[in-house]
Amino acid sequence: MEIKDLGLVAFDEAWKIQERCVNQAIEARDKCFLLLCEHPVVLTLGRLADRKHILLSDQELLRRNISVVPVNRGGEVTLHAPGQLVIYPIFNLENSGKDLHQYLHELEEVGIDFLRLFDIVGRRISGKTGVWIGEKKIISIGIGVRKWVAFHGMSINIAVDLNLFDVIHPCGMDVEMTSIEHEGKNSFSMEDAKKKIVNVFQQRFGEDS
Amino acid sequence: MNVVLPQLGGGIGKATIAFWHCSIGDFVKKDDDLVEVATDKAIFNIPAGAEGIVKEIYVKTGEDAAVGSILARIEISKLEDREKNDNNR
Repeated sequence: MEIKDLGLVAFDEAWKIQERCVNQAIEARDKCFLLLCEHPVVLTLGRLADRKHILLSDQELLRRNISVVPVNRGGEVTLHAPGQLVIYPIFNLENSGKDLHQYLHELEEVGIDFLRLFDIVGRRISGKTGVWIGEKKIISIGIGVRKWVAFHGMSINIAVDLNLFDVIHPCGMDVEMTSIEHEGKNSFSMEDAKKKIVNVFQQRFGEDS
Repeated sequence: MNVVLPQLGGGIGKATIAFWHCSIGDFVKKDDDLVEVATDKAIFNIPAGAEGIVKEIYVKTGEDAAVGSILARIEISKLEDREKNDNNR
């Protein structure tokens, strides 16, 4: 598993890096990557997303300098912003039984394991992919798959400004978002969070996966 | 050649057509992305299995299709046919 920490990077730039990694993983089937980053504020729309779940007009988005990017992943509208850890695992699902829902389930488990390291109890809700604390969402998940190589992935609200989510119905739902910081855990850095999530991925998928 | 919605994993019986990369009449090469299907929070790309012309598209964007159902039909190009014949000699 090759780990790449992209730092704070524009969504478009990270997408180009993802594409290169996906192509490498398709060519060499045993190659896999874990990309870590934060994005400047951006809204991304999954393939079947509905524009009405963005609650601002195009003019207002422009005024606030918030770009909207259509992406080839599942799910609805998602917001990325600094303070949110975005993880793009680029894994070959042929090695794990070619099962999309099983892989989404594994990502949820990674999220729950990660939160446990902060003494936070995360849970899944049937029919609502992601990780939740009570009724609040803390981790969003959406993937794309080409030739059984998975890309896109998950975003974890670490210490993101939760007010930013007021501009959307996250994932097309009227849900309240939360973050690790908002849950009262703030004595760690983003770097600590990255190290922890890498460990959790390696434990669940294996360092050589 | 028929383009079929493949097995996507246990318990997945259908998927929604999310995006067609091609239209009827388009020429496609083997392995080109043809169509993306959605299930839960996943988008799955189905590539062209052969080079040829897209003759039929049976399921529109936003509609559901069952696993194993035919989504489109590609008329394999004559070049491909010739290569196939050569390989069979």
